[in-house]
Amino acid sequence: MPSEIVKYFIIIGSKISENKDFLTELDREIGDSDHGINMARGFKAVTEKLDPEITDIGAALKKAGMTLLSTVGGASGPLYGTAFMEAGKVLMGKTSLTPADVESAFAAAIAGIQKRGKAVRGEKTMLDAIIPASEAFSRKVSEGSDLAGALEGACESAREGVEYTKTIIATKGRASYLGERSIGHQDPGATSATLMLEAVLEALKGA
Amino acid sequence: MKKLINQVDDIVSEMLDGMTAAYPQYVKRLEGLEVLVRACGASEKVALVSGGGSGHEPSHGGFVGKGMLDGAVAGAVFTSPTPDQVFEAVKAVNGGKGVLLVIKNYTGDVMNFEMAADLARDEGIDVEQVIVADDVAVENSTWTTGRRGIAGTVFVHKIAGAAAEAGMSLAEVKRVAEKVIANVRSMGMAVNACTVPAAGKPSFDLAGDEVEIGIGIHGEPGTHREKISPVNEIADKLLEKIFAEGIYSAGDEVAVMVNGMGGTPLMELFVANKHVHEVLGAKGIKVAKTLVGNYMTSLDMEGFSITLLKVDGELLKFLNAPADTPAFVQC
Repeated sequence: MPSEIVKYFIIIGSKISENKDFLTELDREIGDSDHGINMARGFKAVTEKLDPEITDIGAALKKAGMTLLSTVGGASGPLYGTAFMEAGKVLMGKTSLTPADVESAFAAAIAGIQKRGKAVRGEKTMLDAIIPASEAFSRKVSEGSDLAGALEGACESAREGVEYTKTIIATKGRASYLGERSIGHQDPGATSATLMLEAVLEALKGA
Repeated sequence: MKKLINQVDDIVSEMLDGMTAAYPQYVKRLEGLEVLVRACGASEKVALVSGGGSGHEPSHGGFVGKGMLDGAVAGAVFTSPTPDQVFEAVKAVNGGKGVLLVIKNYTGDVMNFEMAADLARDEGIDVEQVIVADDVAVENSTWTTGRRGIAGTVFVHKIAGAAAEAGMSLAEVKRVAEKVIANVRSMGMAVNACTVPAAGKPSFDLAGDEVEIGIGIHGEPGTHREKISPVNEIADKLLEKIFAEGIYSAGDEVAVMVNGMGGTPLMELFVANKHVHEVLGAKGIKVAKTLVGNYMTSLDMEGFSITLLKVDGELLKFLNAPADTPAFVQC
């Protein structure tokens, strides 16, 4: 039986795999037609390489990040790889998570993505889903929500973030070459980030 | 989709093995890695490592050899290679004089190569990098990713490679590479899009009489599309954007590259080249060297790019220096 954290990664991997063609199609419209392919390859490697019995959540995230870094390629590899590795650092040694742990993991992941990608919110990137998700999570927690409730709020805000990316011009990544022609298209990275959060919520509800 | 392939996932690895089978005198593959290095191994000079996504052949592995690159890292099709692969390439080619990374300006490439450079520096290897951004189709701005690196990168391989072969220091080789980058500009167009094998369909859709102007080398759409016109008029448009840079003027000497995108008959490239020479001649710009052919391709894309490099005595000397690689031989 895989450990709890490994089950989460298996569910994230299935979600990405199910949406492989969808993500690639989004990338075809404004990028270089490979986002779904690269992400599916990366998460397949993560589920293969994680020790099925690993219970240390931080160590699992770090390993997942390193695996993504060496298998995804492109821009998504370093960005998601860094996000998972940074989140892993703050969760090292933990075998269960409180809402406060998740908040600090969100913060570490976002800081890592921003440092590596030199991006801020509003540039039509994964940050346009992840930052609102993180904010919604913290808001729900402060209002007294449990983990699942807060994560539901995070997913909702991430989806709104994806919708928002349709309205703005890309100024980072390959879609930036399109300038105004990028308007009307949702960002593939914001979409994959949202899918991951939704998978985590599904895993949490199923647990 | 019709492609001469086996399994989509095996393309890059099978291509690399096919290249080493074809050119054992030039290149060998680092075991278990998507990296080609010179067959003779590391030598006591500054080493050059380049690379990027696959699908640009002969770039970059085809330029591994005497007078050009020491190592080339191949990512998945149109996807930057990962830091661990670049790091292994750097270690393999380092001959003690340092390693220069030649990176094309894409978000992913820059991040992956920079992470590899960090890893190499941690091991005490002297690593420097240059970023090629020659595509004038993309506006340069502090607020964007900036211009893409396209066919002009091959001039950096050639000239910086010759500088390294001549025994220059890492700082000097980097200076020469940056001089090339400052003086090289390109722009491309497509008659038909390319098909990424794993995606299975063309990367953009063009009507029968449309062309895409300002394309990159990854099937990303260009700046705009328009009705097809005679190639002289298309070349004029590309050259107009290149001239607008204000780098090239009467009395200058330039090197020209008319680069095929992979699916373009050489016949058409030569037709375009004839006109490029006429335009340069009319402007009083002297052509010191011309390259026509497939140097930086985009799979099966039909189209071409024009590159101009303004040369001085130093750049011309290195451009004309001998090179012996699978895809570029010069006595």
